[in-house]
Amino acid sequence: MKNLFFALLFAPLAAFASGDEFQLDSANIDPHDAISIQRGARTFVNYCLNCHSANSMRYNRLTELGLTEQQIKENLLFAAEKVGDPMTISASRKDQKRWFGAEPPDLSVEARSRGTDWLYTYLRTFYRDDKRPTGWNNLAFPNVGMPHALWQLQGIQTMKTESEEHEGHKSEHKKLVLEHPGSLSTIEYDKLTRDLVNFLSYMGEPEKTKRSQIGIVVLFFLLLLLVPAWLLKKEYWKDVH
Amino acid sequence: MGKLKALLGWVDDRFPLTANWKAHLSEYYAPKNFNFWYFFGSLAMLVLVMQIVTGILLTMHYKPDASQAFASVEYIMRDVPWGWLIRYMHSTGASMFFIVIYLHMFRGLIYGSYRKPRELLWLFGMLIYLCLMAEAFFGYLLPWGQMSYWGAQVIVNLFGAIPFVGPDISLWIRGDYVISDATLNRFFAFHVIAVPLVLLGLVAAHLLALHEVGSNNPDGIEIKKKKDPKTGIPLDGIPFHPYYVVKDIVGVVVFLMVFSAIVFFAPDMGGYFLEHNNFVPADPLNTPLHIAPVWYFTPFYSVLRAVPPLFDSQFPGVMAMGLSTMIFFLLPWLDRGAVKSIRYRGAIYKSALALFVIAFLILGYLGTEPTNVWGQFGSWLGGAERATVVARIFTILYFLFFLLMPWYTKIDKTKPEPERVTS
Repeated sequence: MKNLFFALLFAPLAAFASGDEFQLDSANIDPHDAISIQRGARTFVNYCLNCHSANSMRYNRLTELGLTEQQIKENLLFAAEKVGDPMTISASRKDQKRWFGAEPPDLSVEARSRGTDWLYTYLRTFYRDDKRPTGWNNLAFPNVGMPHALWQLQGIQTMKTESEEHEGHKSEHKKLVLEHPGSLSTIEYDKLTRDLVNFLSYMGEPEKTKRSQIGIVVLFFLLLLLVPAWLLKKEYWKDVH
Repeated sequence: MGKLKALLGWVDDRFPLTANWKAHLSEYYAPKNFNFWYFFGSLAMLVLVMQIVTGILLTMHYKPDASQAFASVEYIMRDVPWGWLIRYMHSTGASMFFIVIYLHMFRGLIYGSYRKPRELLWLFGMLIYLCLMAEAFFGYLLPWGQMSYWGAQVIVNLFGAIPFVGPDISLWIRGDYVISDATLNRFFAFHVIAVPLVLLGLVAAHLLALHEVGSNNPDGIEIKKKKDPKTGIPLDGIPFHPYYVVKDIVGVVVFLMVFSAIVFFAPDMGGYFLEHNNFVPADPLNTPLHIAPVWYFTPFYSVLRAVPPLFDSQFPGVMAMGLSTMIFFLLPWLDRGAVKSIRYRGAIYKSALALFVIAFLILGYLGTEPTNVWGQFGSWLGGAERATVVARIFTILYFLFFLLMPWYTKIDKTKPEPERVTS
């Protein structure tokens, strides 16, 4: 137990030293764009929801985005029976652990722990790596257990190392190159992942946009309340010298 | 009106209602020169009530069960009507409680409110502060995220550093060999029943002690020394009700504006109030890369990390951390200054206090970051981590503020105190 204590206090912090800062791309999502979130939801149920669950998210919550229950049933409801069900999956956790080496995490609040920029970068930086059991690796998440689920859309990227000589300094750049284009162009694929990240962000906290709207009303009310409170104080304190 | 008065008379014959109203509100005479720093006592009461009310509502849907806790919090956030608001009020309230209490304690420091005759008042306050830390620590495990889990693991293992009995004590606290369902259940019991009960009792004692000796003020002089010869009322005192009630209402509204701005626009506060990693369910087999306690514990966490181990034992660091919180208890007896308030203190005390505040803030910041946040010194210093060296220097300054206090407050050149309060 004492050793664990040591390890917890000091060892994990050392791990930070080795990781050189990896630049994330900006997801640049618009949480008020309901159409973008709808498109993201479609990508999510088609490509992610087979292995990843979103146990805290109910299908019929998507009515908030302007969809009707009928539309949800016809277009999105593949893995559950009722429109009020949560987004669960049928694959067993044990099997998944055997297949991928790790259980695919539930994605309900993934955007809140990872951040949207990380997710956006992660979904766009898969590349072929024959050393990995799945044949895939990732820049944002080195040695990830997940294979590239969207490869047919993005195509196949490989890692190229370019050496460059600049004023006598030799420098090496690692760069991802699109070897085989997929069914989408790079611009279309970026848009698809941006919509998907927008959906993941919405799913992380569906009340988020409502929360700030209410906040404005609350602050406005408190500002109004401050006036009589201040006048009352002034009135009473007139006779204190 | 006659009937109401008769009813009040009936009650007063059986319960000291009017007498208590007078003693604690309408005829409790507070100095008339309270300034900004005197809002935080009543604000602490407000936050306490808010935490109790939102806490009760949260227990109605929260499941203290290792397999359901994380999901039940998300259930509150999504499926319980207004559950997200209740939960954010509670999580923001926890951090705001510490902000208010730290400002309240700082007020005590600058105006010498812990000095005779208010030593017991200060001790009760310190006990409240310890309870609050326990309450925050137990409560932080309940969402059952990665930071909940591993934070609790680190803190409980601190007890393991105590020689001989340590490992048994941490086992006893956890109720298991690792943080587990048993730990979650008992922490829930402590968080919602045991600690709040003690806390409420201590708050009552704190207020009774305050109303017995009377409030200090920014001039640090006793208003009871100058009384109206006829009425016996302090010349510089005004009744708490209505004067300070109406003044505190203004403070409450301003505070609620800050509070709401956080709750509605930035409940995470960039990862300081709700840590990002706590949105990952607790996983006993997966240690996070960087474990940081919530911001209000980080000054003490920095002290813990700053003290080097001795004979392979972390005990000195644990002792230093314990001491860094407990040493506040001794303040009434460490301070030998001729005056109470910073207004009449000399340059030495002012510099010492400024250094202490800087040390507290820097230690607090460093506690949120990994120890290599500022990189390392060159080989001429043995490649030591810059942040660790800085934390060690400020840990020493932190303790020197207290340890040298009897000496520097005595030699400090003070100004004469006024006879009556200044505005």
